[in-house]
Amino acid sequence: MSSSDHPQVAGRRHEFVAGAKATIPLIVGAIPFGILFGTLAEPSGLSALGALAMSLIVFAGASQFIALGLLAAGAALPVIVATTLVVNLRHLLYAANLVPKVRHLPQRWRMLMAFGLTDETFAAVSNRYLQQQDTSQAHWFYLGSFLAMYGNWVLCTALGVGLGELFPDMTSWGLDFAMSVTFIGMVVPYLRNTPMWAAVIVAGAMAIATATMPHKLGLMVAALSGIAVGLSLHLLKQRGADNGEVEAVETVEEARG
Amino acid sequence: MNEAALIVGMFLATFSVRYMLFAVAGRVHFPAWLSTALGFVPPAVLTAIIVPAVLMPQGELWLSPTNPWLLAALVAVLVALVRRDLLTTIVGGMAAFMLLRFGFGL
Repeated sequence: MSSSDHPQVAGRRHEFVAGAKATIPLIVGAIPFGILFGTLAEPSGLSALGALAMSLIVFAGASQFIALGLLAAGAALPVIVATTLVVNLRHLLYAANLVPKVRHLPQRWRMLMAFGLTDETFAAVSNRYLQQQDTSQAHWFYLGSFLAMYGNWVLCTALGVGLGELFPDMTSWGLDFAMSVTFIGMVVPYLRNTPMWAAVIVAGAMAIATATMPHKLGLMVAALSGIAVGLSLHLLKQRGADNGEVEAVETVEEARG
Repeated sequence: MNEAALIVGMFLATFSVRYMLFAVAGRVHFPAWLSTALGFVPPAVLTAIIVPAVLMPQGELWLSPTNPWLLAALVAVLVALVRRDLLTTIVGGMAAFMLLRFGFGL
């Protein structure tokens, strides 16, 4: 496999490398995140091996962090799994968006792509689909982006586990703020219309109001309240608009903007 | 806690959501209201995580101008509103936090 490659193979390799490259800026943001996850694991009650296995098998940054928070708070297993499910519902939206791009692929490709579906890869791949017309080999771009994210996530977890053992007081440095600040950077671009602002304000206020609920169930209550208020306002706004000028997907499209 | 069971459970909760639509790609259509509702999921969930982390960093409500988590979060929101760039927001917010915490000893 060298210079005499079939053009299709060269095209695949090109897509794969382009996918990995396009994901580099997003990986930079994920590095402190992965290290922090590894560092926080043992103090939260997850073994070093458990932390590595979780990054290898679950591969869902936000959920893994929340699981640590729940473990530390003494939540029961079903609560952690249910919360993971709710937090991951955003991936349904990404998947819905990508459905037209995977239709022609066999199930084993779809499974691989589903496993690798993250906020970052979705962002990188969406750009790729927007910018170039020929998407017949774009799943290789997706694979490049996914493997770059995955490799980084697992490596950073291992690094964090090691650092956590070297500097046991690292957890008191306030590095947990890295997660809050990353999430802030992810939420703010959504804030482009009233329903979205309302959803976020309600979710935030409800999260404080329900903070004392057992098993951290407040997180789910708060998120669902925010979604319900946002959706209601959106539908009201839509009804108020004359002849359907406001499309049902407007909020989503704007948010993605 | 049985870690193996936890990881398998979380894997199923994650993978099933990610794979569900790919598996039936093209054969199922979302009603418009559901797509709209899903659009609110990421900001609502993330905000429900951020707000308590920032306002209750040590478990109790701490609404004060000397709460470095709150101040640095406000800086991050401002940076994000102005620049709309994830990396700049992370760096700006973390710099503000470190400065407040270790520079001013808050």
